[in-house]
Amino acid sequence: MNDVLGVLPWWVVVVVKSAIVLAVVITTFAYSMLFERKVMAWMQLRPGPNRTGPWGMLQPAADAVKMMFKEDLTPLTADRFVYRLAPFLSLLAAMGAFAIIPFSEDGQGLWSVGDVNAGILFIFACTSIGIYGISLAGWASGSKFPLLGSVRATAQMISYELAMTMSVVGVLVLAGTTSLAGIVHAQHKVWYVVPQFLGFVIYIITAVAETNRAPFDLVEAETELVGGFHTEYSGLRFGLFFIAEYLNMITVACIATLLFFGGWGPLFGLVAVPGLVWFLLKAAGFLFLYIWLRTTLPRFRYDRLMAFGWKVLLPLATLNLVATAAYIALAP
Amino acid sequence: MRKSLFNIAALLTGFRTTFGYFFAKQPTIAYPDVKKQHAPRFHGLHELRRYADGQERCIGCELCSIACPANAITVIGGENTPELRRSPGERGAASYEIDELRCIFCGMCEEACPTDAIVLTPRFEMADYRRSGFVYAKDRLLVPPEAGVGEAPNERPNGIPSDLGFVAKKKSTVDIQTGYSATHRGTILKTQRRGLAG
Repeated sequence: MNDVLGVLPWWVVVVVKSAIVLAVVITTFAYSMLFERKVMAWMQLRPGPNRTGPWGMLQPAADAVKMMFKEDLTPLTADRFVYRLAPFLSLLAAMGAFAIIPFSEDGQGLWSVGDVNAGILFIFACTSIGIYGISLAGWASGSKFPLLGSVRATAQMISYELAMTMSVVGVLVLAGTTSLAGIVHAQHKVWYVVPQFLGFVIYIITAVAETNRAPFDLVEAETELVGGFHTEYSGLRFGLFFIAEYLNMITVACIATLLFFGGWGPLFGLVAVPGLVWFLLKAAGFLFLYIWLRTTLPRFRYDRLMAFGWKVLLPLATLNLVATAAYIALAP
Repeated sequence: MRKSLFNIAALLTGFRTTFGYFFAKQPTIAYPDVKKQHAPRFHGLHELRRYADGQERCIGCELCSIACPANAITVIGGENTPELRRSPGERGAASYEIDELRCIFCGMCEEACPTDAIVLTPRFEMADYRRSGFVYAKDRLLVPPEAGVGEAPNERPNGIPSDLGFVAKKKSTVDIQTGYSATHRGTILKTQRRGLAG
């Protein structure tokens, strides 16, 4: 396998890998949507989608067809160019993050499209660009609810991104590298969820806020803002936002796995099971946690969201970072 | 501090609750595939019974129509002749129509019936695309002779077995005009009766 990779020009390898990752990720998106609907339904004592194939397995296909045939509306008051650009920006950022996620390891960089040595920074850059998609969508729609949604998005995502980055820095300090593969290797003995438990909790909370999921879904807040930033979007353009949201979910689940749960490292010393399987299982566990959160908790009030982010999470994350740095500096 | 600790406990309770429901049995009945077990004397679609010799029990007395609080039943009585013998006595029902859209399934018609001819069955799936499809005339109400006699409504502790009769399976032959006029005619008849009584 690696011989073949050595012979081919690098760009062919990258294109092929990208195509594979894209296909897998989009399929994962489709089924994570079904997964969410099913898990949520079961937690609410409902059967969930079950009319489209066994266990509703064809539901994503049905949804996709529905999306495609819906009318693509652009409001008269919209800024047409930005309005149409925004969903692509959102999706582009969401997909970009997958370029450097190492799904497994063979020492040759076979399992990621590219291994950037500033990996985690690249991913944060991608998620930051994703905010533009949401902000611009709300602003360009030319109506009030999307605008309110995007204003919230900007404030919320900037506030929580701060705490999120801070919580992750503790891991970076411990590992001494920003390369995702390097961080996983550094967890060879003990997963960082143990020494960085506070950082892990803060990361999970902020990651939920960062992806605009319940209970931090004030950006969409369908009970107050109709649909928030994507109120005016329909058809495939709405679908792109939808995909972006789920891809972001998968991304932060992958990052949580890589940073805190040893990435592709096996559980219980079961080395026989491939690393990819471990990675996917762990990421799926985080997706489940997301859905569990959504079914359990009601939406935050906006001022409390802000207070929580700035007055609780950010100081705690800073404290965690300072403590970790002190440990590294003082420990023998 | 005390309050925030309490809140964390509340959060955990919430997570435990939702996780418990995740494994709980769902009360959903997958309706078209699985049908709910009805109460033994569930009031559903009507049917008109026969005697063992195949003659209709209905004598066209219109007591059901008078008892009906929703004016859903229209009976037109007719003489039995040697050529056309519907029922054992002198009279039978020349026409018998129930507008199931007006019907409230109270069962007062079967209580009123002196010959146990009109009986409510447990069948409840009567959906149709036209209003006229809900006006059930004798072609759909009358059970075929081979369906048997069945229990009298006041003698059935366990209700009527739902496989008895074939009423709901047939499509209406009543056209839309007759469908509306059936109800209308019933109203007129009742008004006339009240006029006579007063």
